[in-house]
Amino acid sequence: MNFQQQLICLRTLVRKEFSRVMRIWVQTIVPPVITMSLYFVIFGNLIGRRIGQMEGFDYMQYIAPGLIMMSVITNSYGNVVSSFFGAKFQRHLEEMLVAPMATWAIILGHVAGGVVRGLMVGFVVTLIALFFTEVHIANIFITISVVVLTSVVFALGGLINAIFARKFDDISIIPSFVLAPLTYLGGVFYSISLLPPIAQKISLMNPILYMVNAFRYGMLGVSDIDITRAYVIIMVFGTGLFFTCMILIDKGVGIRE
Amino acid sequence: MPALSIRNLVKVYANGVVALQGIDLEVAEADFFALLGPNGAGKTTVIGIITALVTKSAGEVEVFGHNIDDHLDAAKACLGVVPQELNLNVFDQVENIVVNQAGFYGIPKKRARYRAQECLEQMQLWDRRHEVARNLSGGMKRRLMIARALVHSPRLLILDEPTAGVDIEIRRSMWQFLREINQAGTTIILTTHYLEEAENLCRHVAIIDGGRLIQHQPMADFLRTLHQQTYLVTTMDPIAEIPQLPGFVVSQINEHELEIEVRRESNLNEMFAALNATGTKVISMRNKTNRLEELFFDLTDRKNALSDEGIA
Repeated sequence: MNFQQQLICLRTLVRKEFSRVMRIWVQTIVPPVITMSLYFVIFGNLIGRRIGQMEGFDYMQYIAPGLIMMSVITNSYGNVVSSFFGAKFQRHLEEMLVAPMATWAIILGHVAGGVVRGLMVGFVVTLIALFFTEVHIANIFITISVVVLTSVVFALGGLINAIFARKFDDISIIPSFVLAPLTYLGGVFYSISLLPPIAQKISLMNPILYMVNAFRYGMLGVSDIDITRAYVIIMVFGTGLFFTCMILIDKGVGIRE
Repeated sequence: MPALSIRNLVKVYANGVVALQGIDLEVAEADFFALLGPNGAGKTTVIGIITALVTKSAGEVEVFGHNIDDHLDAAKACLGVVPQELNLNVFDQVENIVVNQAGFYGIPKKRARYRAQECLEQMQLWDRRHEVARNLSGGMKRRLMIARALVHSPRLLILDEPTAGVDIEIRRSMWQFLREINQAGTTIILTTHYLEEAENLCRHVAIIDGGRLIQHQPMADFLRTLHQQTYLVTTMDPIAEIPQLPGFVVSQINEHELEIEVRRESNLNEMFAALNATGTKVISMRNKTNRLEELFFDLTDRKNALSDEGIA
């Protein structure tokens, strides 16, 4: 098939993924909205008042970018891992595998679904944040580029998880035991300047710290890390994960006998 | 150019199971081809390899001259497949499933919708197009899978037990439909456990057993190799005693029914002449079993028997 036809394949898959997100909106959009509202109420409103200011901002304002990014990360990842594994489990992934659809189109189509859900949830969480605090945008380009790129990275991560998953347990292990700890320790609720030096150095090994801080820089103009380094890390992860997906799917890992 | 050419195809699964032990197979363009074999014989593995859902261990596969190692996409573009197990997104609507499949073959949406309507109408599912696939009956899901496989007008259609669980009325209409698309030029490979279906539809037959090809020839030639056929004959009058028919083995089934074995060297005229001579009036006659079924069991049983004796 030529490039135009591959674009039709990609559009078809994006449409399919988008309609899946919308069809099960009670599962995809509502739960993160409720969870994040609770975070704003408990951490921001009730506890945040006692914490006072952080990096020159109210605590609620300070954690808002982190909470938005946390919802984007978990939903981008969760959408792709559940959609791809579901397709594997029900075997309708074969619809794509028997067709002359390029591997890059399969990857981008699923990633697009994850990004759409991640950004939709992120947008709704931003709207909720407006009920609790003032939302700043210091640099719109950085804000949007970081949130989109981070969403892509975690959608790709979700795809790799789904490729290797053989049972439903396998799609909850990484989000529960890897993604959640890294996100909570990734500067969502605090500045790493509050940590002892050794903990600061360990935190710098956490890629999510760079993504959360880059996003916070876009919104508030403050960050614990260098923005250029954050972009480099996001791009390296994104490129590496994309090519890993290409190799895995081309080799048929987890999808062909 | 053959529609499908398979040379020395071998598949050893990761758990060590040898599913295929070097299969050679050729299917001519526009043929209606039966690929038969008992459960676990390797039929689905062959289909999986052709459709790139299973990786082969050795051998070559070409679809309309496109080698799947070098030109997989070109080979895939020629193929439509209806797998044995349901592989539908049961939460999606019937029409979406078919339209999306067309999209995965690079067909623009307008054309995809047109083709989806054609295929769903042919499969008598157009009225159910807004239904979620989960709500369809088993037979409807099978027909939906056929509609989905046909949406990009494949040159080679592979049907892995397409009529399993389908009622006889729908099965007959599917046979008619498959005959029509075959006459229009689509090559069809059919695996089925209904041997009557294979005998009725297919012009060539191959039988796989234990990962080996044990028969591959035109259906008519194959059926001619049947050594004997068994008929059930219904008589007008009650049978007082079993008629003696020279050259035939006769047994009584019930008061009005005889079972008669006819060897290949005999013919039905001789049988009727012998029945006439005994004054037996026949009102109907039918095969005890399907001819292909007899050959199939003969072949697979003989092979198993030889295998049990350590000969095969």
